Amino acid sequence: MTAFLDIAGLTKRHGGRAALDAVGLSVAAGEFVALVGPSGSGKTTLLKSINRLVEPDEGSVRLGGLDVRDVPLAAHRHGIGYVIQSIGLFPHMTVAENIGIVPMLMGQEAADRTAELLELVALPAEMAARFPCELSGGQAQRVGVARALAARPKLMLMDEPFGALDPVTRDTLGRAYRDLHERLGLTTLMVTHDIAEALLLADRVVALIDGRIRADAAPAELLSSDDADVRAMVDVPRRQAQRLAAL
Amino acid sequence: MRPALAEALDALPALAQSHLLLSGSAVAIGVILGLPLAIWSARSRRVRGPVLGLAGLIQTVPALALLALFYPALLILGRASGLAIPALGFLPALIALSLYALLPILRNGVAALQGIDAAVLEAADGVGMTRRQRLTMIELPLGAPVILAGIRTAAVWTIGAATLATTVGQPSLGDLIFSGLQTENWVRVLTGCAAAAGLAIAVDGLLALVESGLKRRSRRRIRLGLTALLAALALAAMPLSRGGGDGEAIVIGAKNFSEQYILASAIERRLRRAGYRTERRDNLGSTVAYQALAAGDIHVYVDYSGTLWTNVLQRGDTLAPGAMRAELAADLRERDGVLLLGALGFENAYALAMRRERAEALGIRTLDDLRRAAPRLSLGADLEFLTRPEWRSVQARYRLRFADQRSYSPTFMYRAVAGGGADVITAFSSDGRIASLDLVTLADPRRALPSYDAVLLAAPGTDARIIAALRPLIGAISVERMRQANLMVDRDTDKRTPAEAARWLDP
Repeated sequence: MTAFLDIAGLTKRHGGRAALDAVGLSVAAGEFVALVGPSGSGKTTLLKSINRLVEPDEGSVRLGGLDVRDVPLAAHRHGIGYVIQSIGLFPHMTVAENIGIVPMLMGQEAADRTAELLELVALPAEMAARFPCELSGGQAQRVGVARALAARPKLMLMDEPFGALDPVTRDTLGRAYRDLHERLGLTTLMVTHDIAEALLLADRVVALIDGRIRADAAPAELLSSDDADVRAMVDVPRRQAQRLAAL
Repeated sequence: MRPALAEALDALPALAQSHLLLSGSAVAIGVILGLPLAIWSARSRRVRGPVLGLAGLIQTVPALALLALFYPALLILGRASGLAIPALGFLPALIALSLYALLPILRNGVAALQGIDAAVLEAADGVGMTRRQRLTMIELPLGAPVILAGIRTAAVWTIGAATLATTVGQPSLGDLIFSGLQTENWVRVLTGCAAAAGLAIAVDGLLALVESGLKRRSRRRIRLGLTALLAALALAAMPLSRGGGDGEAIVIGAKNFSEQYILASAIERRLRRAGYRTERRDNLGSTVAYQALAAGDIHVYVDYSGTLWTNVLQRGDTLAPGAMRAELAADLRERDGVLLLGALGFENAYALAMRRERAEALGIRTLDDLRRAAPRLSLGADLEFLTRPEWRSVQARYRLRFADQRSYSPTFMYRAVAGGGADVITAFSSDGRIASLDLVTLADPRRALPSYDAVLLAAPGTDARIIAALRPLIGAISVERMRQANLMVDRDTDKRTPAEAARWLDP
């Protein structure tokens, strides 16, 4: 069986430095994959290569068996949910308009799913008429997730989606999203620099260092990685947990 | 109502109309050109540098000079291309003002587009908007308030700068201001200023309404503001009935001093009585006026034989007045087809003049006497004299070297000599202020200055009936009457308007 998402030999150079160095990665439908690694390791570049916000220098990305370069750009992006740390809600549009943007761009009939989508991200229906400036950070990112889900994408790309939120909101939203992932049968790639979040939410954790994949394993296996750099990364939350337990 | 106010108010609607049409069109062109350029510049650094640099450079050229530059530029373009490009009036003013409106629209446009939150743009790309969708759905709506602020700045600047369009023969509220300044008719100046300021405030207010509508997402405000602006433009574009006869208007030119306004009014009265519709192009520069006549942009105006002799024909010699006029008429007709209809009967010569008591104290009667005293004296000249061939001729023959020389507009030049700010001025022999300020004109024994008979000129191919209507003015105006008429307009008390003086001069 071919993978749902298949990345092969992906290379992207910035000046002389390789942000991605011949990266290969296969993701099956329904998987939840976390991408971890230090700043500048190429996580975001990899994610953006998938929805073509970045064009790689070499290599290919295949989604559902098709090379992404063979699909019209707009249609390709309409089919992918994209959630970013800075959220990027359109400030001159209401919550309902923000949520409805992708179906609108696709020219779909205005079957109003606003209430349904708001409910999905646990927001009250009366939020629909508000403007983004009237929302809290957590509410805004819930709307961001609802906007990404509106056109029923199969693939979700999330770039540190909860990175700017306070710890409690972050935890709640992370778990809420994991539930949605299950319920809607999504395939999710999530970039995060929070190792604990990656280990606790994902089915599989991929560690990128200097543009190369240094580990690709289930969370439990990652804890006993042979790679010293990967071990150093995963040891941080573990030691913190031990110290917390000892308090 | 005082006649000065009545006259100014009478001229106001037509001037305000053409002022609004000119500045409205200029801002519209500025927006049509500026917005796409701003979008292009915001996207490409290679475009942005040169475009903003060029727009900034244009802005550093004084508006008056920018307007004046387009007259010869269009003239050359017209000759080179063989097309009938009007070099005077609406077109040069429109081009100059449009260029002037460009900078604030461009700068704010670029700032608006570059100032949009990068996260919003990334999200727009991420949800699969095309570039066009991103522009129309995200960038323009979010940038609109800043873009509109630029358009407001452009509108206010343009409405102000459009007052200068009068110098290239485009009627505007500047007509009132410029002619008012020349004749010290403050009612006229204030009427023009107040109207221009009122117009600017009103347009700015309507644009502010649109801007607030965009901010508050109120379609009603946007629609109200835009409707009012469009209605004002439509009103400005509607032809105003001016009364009088039918057919194309005869355009009368005038340079920028009282005598010219009075004579243009007298010509206007004659033509209207003969049933013609007339238009005025006041405040033309000396060379612009003649070129405009030769090109047919104006149809009739009064010039002076010496000016034409030295400036137009580039002659350095001096002939007796009659012989000079005859040769002038033949040469102008042959060269440009311009018709010299005849002399009006008085001379308005350049003459160096001093206050009588000062001249007597220093023992100066002639330019030869002046030569000895000049290094201790200051010269006040009009705005043109120091660059004219006559001044070179005077210097060549008398070797005058003054301690200080300055240029004034004519009104202030007379003030300067009266107040002692200048010892010697370049007076005009028909000026009523020579007598009223008790000035003496200095003799010119070496004949450095040619004679300056006022002559009536008509454009090539002027209709014989028009010439017949103007014929009675030939030889009809003595220097005493011209001085008196000039004084009526120029004096400080009991001032009359040029039109009133023209009625007195040629009843």
